[in-house]
Amino acid sequence: MKPPPFTYHAPGSLGEALDVLAGTGEDGKVLAGGQSLIPLLNMRLAAPAHLVDINRLAGLAAVEVEPGGVRVGALARHARVERSEPVAAAQPLLRQALRLVAHPVIRNRGTVVGSLVHADPAAELPAVLALLGGSVRLARRGGTRDVPAGEFFTGPLESAAGPGELAVSAFFPALPPRSGTAFREVARRHGDYALAGIAALVGLDEDLRITAARVACVSAGPVPVLADVTGVCGHRPPASADWAAAARAVQDRAEPEDDIHATAAYRRHLIGVLAERALRDAAREALNA
Amino acid sequence: MPEQAHEITLVVNGTLRRAEVPGRRLLSDCLRHDLGLTGTHVGCEHGVCGCCTVLLDGEPVRSCLTFAVTVDGREITTVEGLADGERMSPVQRAFAECHGLQCGFCTPGFLCTVTALLRENPAPTEEEVLEGISGNLCRCTGYQNIVKAVHRAAEIMAEES
Amino acid sequence: MTTKLFGEPVQRREDPRLLTGRGRYLDDLGPDALAAAFVRSPHAHALIRDIDVSAALDVDGLVAIYTWEDLPDRLAEPLPLLIPHPALTHGRTAYPLARERVRHVGEPVVMVVARDRYLAEDACALIRVDYELLKPVVGVEEAAQSAQLVHDDVPGNVGAHLVQEVASADGRGAREVIESAPHTLAFRLDVERSASMPLEGRGVHARWDADDSSLRVYSSTQTSTSVRMAVAAKLGLPLPKVEVVAPDVGGGFGVKIMHPWPEEVLVPWAAMLLGREVKWTEDRREHFVSSAHERAQVQFVRVGFDGGGRVLGLEVTILHDHGAYTPYGIIVPIITSTQLPGPYRIGSYRVEFSSIYTNTVQVTPYRGAGRPQAVFCMERTMDRIAAHLGLDRTAVRAANFIQPDEFPYDQGLIFQDGRPLIYDSGDYPESLRMLKELIGWDAFPEAKAEAAREGRRIGIGIGCYVEGTGVGPYEGGHVQITSDGRVHVSTGLTSQGQGHETSFAQIAAAELGVPLERVSVVTGDTRRFGYAVGTFASRAAVMSGNAIALACRKVREKALRIAADALEADPRDLEITDGVVHVAGSPHASVPLATVAVLSNPLRYAFDEEAVRATQFAGGSSFDRPPVEEGQEPGLEGRDYYSPIRSTFASGMHAAIVETDPLTAEIRILRYAVVHDCGNLINPMIVEGQIHGGVAQGVGGALYERMVYDSHGQLLNASFMDFLMPYATEVPRVETAHLQTPSPLNPLGIKGAGEAGVIPVSAVIASAIEDAEGIPIDRMPISPSDLFGLRRAAS
Repeated sequence: MKPPPFTYHAPGSLGEALDVLAGTGEDGKVLAGGQSLIPLLNMRLAAPAHLVDINRLAGLAAVEVEPGGVRVGALARHARVERSEPVAAAQPLLRQALRLVAHPVIRNRGTVVGSLVHADPAAELPAVLALLGGSVRLARRGGTRDVPAGEFFTGPLESAAGPGELAVSAFFPALPPRSGTAFREVARRHGDYALAGIAALVGLDEDLRITAARVACVSAGPVPVLADVTGVCGHRPPASADWAAAARAVQDRAEPEDDIHATAAYRRHLIGVLAERALRDAAREALNA
Repeated sequence: MPEQAHEITLVVNGTLRRAEVPGRRLLSDCLRHDLGLTGTHVGCEHGVCGCCTVLLDGEPVRSCLTFAVTVDGREITTVEGLADGERMSPVQRAFAECHGLQCGFCTPGFLCTVTALLRENPAPTEEEVLEGISGNLCRCTGYQNIVKAVHRAAEIMAEES
Repeated sequence: MTTKLFGEPVQRREDPRLLTGRGRYLDDLGPDALAAAFVRSPHAHALIRDIDVSAALDVDGLVAIYTWEDLPDRLAEPLPLLIPHPALTHGRTAYPLARERVRHVGEPVVMVVARDRYLAEDACALIRVDYELLKPVVGVEEAAQSAQLVHDDVPGNVGAHLVQEVASADGRGAREVIESAPHTLAFRLDVERSASMPLEGRGVHARWDADDSSLRVYSSTQTSTSVRMAVAAKLGLPLPKVEVVAPDVGGGFGVKIMHPWPEEVLVPWAAMLLGREVKWTEDRREHFVSSAHERAQVQFVRVGFDGGGRVLGLEVTILHDHGAYTPYGIIVPIITSTQLPGPYRIGSYRVEFSSIYTNTVQVTPYRGAGRPQAVFCMERTMDRIAAHLGLDRTAVRAANFIQPDEFPYDQGLIFQDGRPLIYDSGDYPESLRMLKELIGWDAFPEAKAEAAREGRRIGIGIGCYVEGTGVGPYEGGHVQITSDGRVHVSTGLTSQGQGHETSFAQIAAAELGVPLERVSVVTGDTRRFGYAVGTFASRAAVMSGNAIALACRKVREKALRIAADALEADPRDLEITDGVVHVAGSPHASVPLATVAVLSNPLRYAFDEEAVRATQFAGGSSFDRPPVEEGQEPGLEGRDYYSPIRSTFASGMHAAIVETDPLTAEIRILRYAVVHDCGNLINPMIVEGQIHGGVAQGVGGALYERMVYDSHGQLLNASFMDFLMPYATEVPRVETAHLQTPSPLNPLGIKGAGEAGVIPVSAVIASAIEDAEGIPIDRMPISPSDLFGLRRAAS
């Protein structure tokens, strides 16, 4: 299990990186944390002709809390984002989700943006970005575009990042006032990809009645599956909301599949159980906010 | 056609080491085969088992999921660098005392992981220990004595500080 | 003080080396060796039409490419069938490289040698093999009924068929007894595939010395002596010209007792041919598809019993999936079928197994070796009887126990060593009493009711087993005391983490009366000890432990005789303490063992000051006798062998409390308790560690690990991402208690401990889940998804 040969590029600046990527096009692959890419290379399931290592682009390591949310640079490692108190204050869902991403040692190296670009529907971060309505900033030689989450995840392990493009950062909107979030999942072993997972956000008005209740499901379809259950919950206090009905509505949106670890029926069941748990948790957080 | 080689410099266990490696050389292979530090073991080469865990600038990382060229210029600590000369580190001694190893193959990865864990959190709770070592597989010990060894190492470090 | 070493939790002497990165595992050797890699079949069943290597020839650093066509003489023949058996009427083994046909995904087809492993894999990727696909045979029941054959000359895919029957006291067969029993039950049980999965894969390093025409092979093996004989035979080399060494081995658990693996003969052959060191280090993906698996069985059970739960008749029919080849014979199903009765006196027992070919990786022993399946069968049966009669599960077991005064107890079966299966000793009622106390069995219903009031589901389970340990035919030990007073112990069997360097040193130090620090132990090195069997079946401590003790006793006797001469004393009055021989009660009349060692070897040439005492003009020797007396040998050393009349039988009982989530169906083990009896303990710390590790593997087998083949014979989870070995977060803390009923069969009174932990775990967890859920559990492993499916089906 050794990677196939490739031409290695270690650009020293963003401009240089974009030039290399423009030159390599379809044949180029970006290496950031490498925690998903290198296993694929070691198994020779991927064989890019060019590997563009962005680890020297220190400028991409920034994690900035802006008034509207958190901007995470392409080289920011999971562990760093997870530990950041300002990030947790601005958007607690990031820490809640990152704690569930693989194991601590993997989080020391893996990057948040890399996980988004990898676009595994079983991963936590795509669901977080989708739920929060965040975006990914893609740079190419001569331009930059921000792709909203809804358009970024295009299929299993497929994202909108095209040949010649580098995802330079991701933006996670801040938690609105009187809102709460939660992440619940069931995995076979601690740290494994989830059999099913739910990121939830609940918002309340000044009377502490529900004004927003949304979830994003992990392992429930080819891309993160979003479900807005605000209507099902009704404009009422969390204590009297019909969370079970909301959970059923989430279940109806999910399209899980069978695999060797779980049947589709079980995953659908879990999605319901976890959606109810996550929504209740998020509502509790919102009440405490 | 021979592959292009890259000249890299690593500070391994406090010593400056140079190597010429192709871009695809895994850090685990570079340490083991280019630098002769075979204490770092390779158990899966897809980042799950944790045998190859080393410290990169003090932080535990999978050396099988890291290219050697990527970490050019950085500091690496391997199991060979944990002891203070001939005296084993508190973590190493605790593993011996608590029978925290059997075949020893996963042990270097655990030692590096635990060394970093205790540096960051000198008195971890049972849950923190389990979470801290949750990314390392051991097929021999059932982990019970490893967990015991982590607590014991924390004790030794507290006694000796 | 030194005599107390036996039975003490001495810290391991292996550890300083292994903790500082100075261990030497296979891939740590031969830094300049060429690397081998293999093109392996991507298909489960196919004919090889053509192999085109031309594209690979341009790879920089390529050294050689070999296919079956290149193999000479005996290397071109199928690999040995290691354990023939009359019932194995259709044993088949693989060629080292596939000849014309492949029978499982992962079978080696082409060997590539290159400057390093990266380049060897590059070349492998460029070799084109043209296959004609055949219909794969997958699944043991499918194979038993399939018209498609794994081997054209093996009808029905049946490799072996064996029946053993033990009649009741009044001479009736099990079927007849069951027919007339007051109560009968019939059911089916399934156990899925798993594997040993040591964290270090296999590996071979070979060095040919052309000047000396000799070969040194390092292999990550559980049997270096037997690999040596196989290599010598396959390569046509004189045995003395072949040395095989097992270096530090990163876990074995059974998969490395299988030998010779194709690579174990191919790599040495390539090294000879190329005149270069060659090394092959198995990677994880190779390990999944080319090293052995185990466990898969389907069992059909019929049992007849009385109102007290006593088993009057038991009939078990087993379909055993042995994969594509049978190099290890039918040891696994033999063990299942003969260890199935466990600690029970079964009125009449009939067991029949068919060992079936499938287009999957071959099956050879994995820790427990057929016993986990046996215990799953017997213990599920006990639970069903209890449920049927409304009796406590422990009461049904107690009603069937063999009693302490019934040993030796003959089960009437022929065991895996070809010898009668006769239990040597044990105390099962006491073991059960201890277990019930340890887990709090009698108080559990209260806890369960309390949990139920909180909306929680908990359940308790139990499993009992008897394990034949320490099988023959023999092991040996060699002990030498050198003139520096050091004690050098060697034995032929190998070590994979069991701490032999420590426990064998404890035995030697205790027997010889020397400080532990002075003793060193070498295992698995044919240069030091050439006759051995290997490390498997919980046999190392029993076999080599006793052999070393016997060898030490020889050396001790000789030392006392020489010392008696020197001290002008009667040997019977001498003792050895801290490495010094002295007259009992008068410590000043003494001579160190180092000096005795000098005196034991009459010298012409002195090599140091101490040695002067043994030279020919030093005086002290009698002119009436030759310097080396008749029947004696120079040197203070001894060799002896231990060859038991039959196996010892360790036993144990486990209990667990599990919690199942009423909504998510997640299964959590809250407590796990073990009562274990392996006779006298050499090092309780090491035994405890073996139990912990065994239980962890058992938990893997019960809740996480399965090899999932699809109908095409593709292994769907050939990675640690998807083959779910438990982490620290999945394994419960194990609470242990020890019972010691010494074995009367060997001088040290010990039984083996290596496999015990793993054996009953699936049975115990199934029992506990069944108790929590009220749904029969009849297959393992069980995942939350499985449990969810069972709940749906039951409601």
